[in-house]
Amino acid sequence: MAVIRDVMPPFELFQPANLADALNLLDRYGNDAWIFAGGLDSLDWLKDRIRRPRYVVDLGGLAELKGVRESGDGVEIGAMTTLTDTVRHPVIRERYGILMEAAESAASPQIRNQGTIGGNVSQDTRCWYYRSGWSCYRAGGNICYADTPEAVNREHAILGADRCVAVNPSDTAPALIALGASMVIRSASGERVVDAEDYFIGPGTDITRMNVLQPGEILTAIRLPGDWAGSRFYFEKIRDRQVWDFALVSVASAMTISGTTIQNMRLVVNGVAARPLRLAAVEDLVRGKPRNEATAALAGELAIQGAQPLRLNAYKIPLMRNLVKRAIRGVEEWTTS
Amino acid sequence: MDYFLTWGRSPWGQQILTHVSWNLLWASLFAGVAFLLAHASYMVLSAHRKRHPAETDAMEAMRPGLPPRIARHSLAARMFHWVMAASMLTLLSTAFLPIAGIKFAWVTWHWMAGLVLAASVAFHVIHATFWLDFWSIWVGPKDLPELRAEILRELGHDVAGPKPGKYPLGNRLYHLAIVVSALSVIATGLTMMVRIRTPLFTRNPYLLGDASWGFVYVTHGMAGVALVGLVIAHIYFAVRPDKWWITKAMILGWITRRQYLEHHDPHRWVVAETGQPPSPGGFGAPGS
Repeated sequence: MAVIRDVMPPFELFQPANLADALNLLDRYGNDAWIFAGGLDSLDWLKDRIRRPRYVVDLGGLAELKGVRESGDGVEIGAMTTLTDTVRHPVIRERYGILMEAAESAASPQIRNQGTIGGNVSQDTRCWYYRSGWSCYRAGGNICYADTPEAVNREHAILGADRCVAVNPSDTAPALIALGASMVIRSASGERVVDAEDYFIGPGTDITRMNVLQPGEILTAIRLPGDWAGSRFYFEKIRDRQVWDFALVSVASAMTISGTTIQNMRLVVNGVAARPLRLAAVEDLVRGKPRNEATAALAGELAIQGAQPLRLNAYKIPLMRNLVKRAIRGVEEWTTS
Repeated sequence: MDYFLTWGRSPWGQQILTHVSWNLLWASLFAGVAFLLAHASYMVLSAHRKRHPAETDAMEAMRPGLPPRIARHSLAARMFHWVMAASMLTLLSTAFLPIAGIKFAWVTWHWMAGLVLAASVAFHVIHATFWLDFWSIWVGPKDLPELRAEILRELGHDVAGPKPGKYPLGNRLYHLAIVVSALSVIATGLTMMVRIRTPLFTRNPYLLGDASWGFVYVTHGMAGVALVGLVIAHIYFAVRPDKWWITKAMILGWITRRQYLEHHDPHRWVVAETGQPPSPGGFGAPGS
């Protein structure tokens, strides 16, 4: 059966003017409703006719979900803030440079003008077996086509695979976790706030979802605390081409240093598992140690413990190890003990 | 058809069977609870004949050689039962709580509990074959008179007909249902383990074709949802006050002489008499 591209199946479009109306619509239509933010993930699904929602709720008119606001010692970023507006905001540039770098590394300028930070963190995986509409585990079936002996799986997971080997494609997600962000989620029944680290879930927990959002819920804002503002950041995204491409592996870290000693650190990698992985064991290892090549090498080795390559992605293991090393010792200025 | 089975599309565009519909989980849950409520209501509202204590007194007087405690389940049999129960509850919880909305990383717990279940069932088959009265738990055409008598007794009639041997007919029918569903779920579950990452096997998703895998997954799902209803019924009977003596025997291993005479046919479950007045706490050996 040929897939007809670029002609979307019919759906009823709602463009609410405020959050309350949007939540009411989602509450009314439940699983039949599809949340549309910037549309860059959604339109792929709809034009490929893989997803056929009956109702689409476009959040584009919700001004209350747009913009960056200072809040206490941190900031709150509305989920519908575009990546471009996030990158350009002076507070983000000055205090949360890692988020600026991560958001700026996403896709292309045109896509960043349209894509939202909420959509960037909540987008679905890009595993092409899954996105081709085949009945893989993630689509409710009983096989992972990417984890078969002949699979083309160069971009897939080396860690945390549980039946499914898809990876999280978000560029901003590891930066937000490194910054200790929290995600504000609203539904008709109220508000809940979850740590960015817990916002993302792996296939073991729910193989059909990438995050904790349930039907009827909207990610409304991302809160960045001041704890890590202005600390020493490192972000690097490795991709096949330098623009308009997803990460093969990315790393984001926030570090505080006293002299040459690492006081504290948050370290996150993405592109290696179905969720961005915070490397807590590595953080514990480097805490109190000198920031040098030896510490970085130890950390790199620890980071890849348990990695299981697939047919075509063994390169991700040394890539991840080296990115972790670079996140710890830096690439341009690093001390020697 | 989607109400019972779910279908998907293969890379070759073929429609393939993938799972049972989880609607069946709710159907099985509903059936189990409905049975529980119906049976409990019937037992409360209907008059049931109970043997008059004087009758049992007379039977006891006629069998003075029986020990006061009669062994019903050996330690090995009891250990199997409780290990199987723990693994079964773990399997059902890990399988169905995520479907009910309680999300957690369930797969590893599920296959580990499945291996415990498979090992305990293998032990039970060997133990029952060589150390227990193998046929005492099975049902067959010879049990039809007992079935008729049991139904009439349930309806309040005083029937002199056959009484159960070691296991009541309900126990034996339940055992049969469990054998079918548990062996199905174990066989398919072990096969499905070939598709996931475990330290035990090299994964081989191509062991079977799509259609065969679909059949395996559907059989596993069917047996799994059936077990939901069966386990509800089992727990219900285990905690009913009038059946508590059976549950207690599965914990302690023995029943009293009075319970033996009241509920069993001594000709079908023969317990050797000591020929001596019973010593306090003494056990009688079950016969064949």
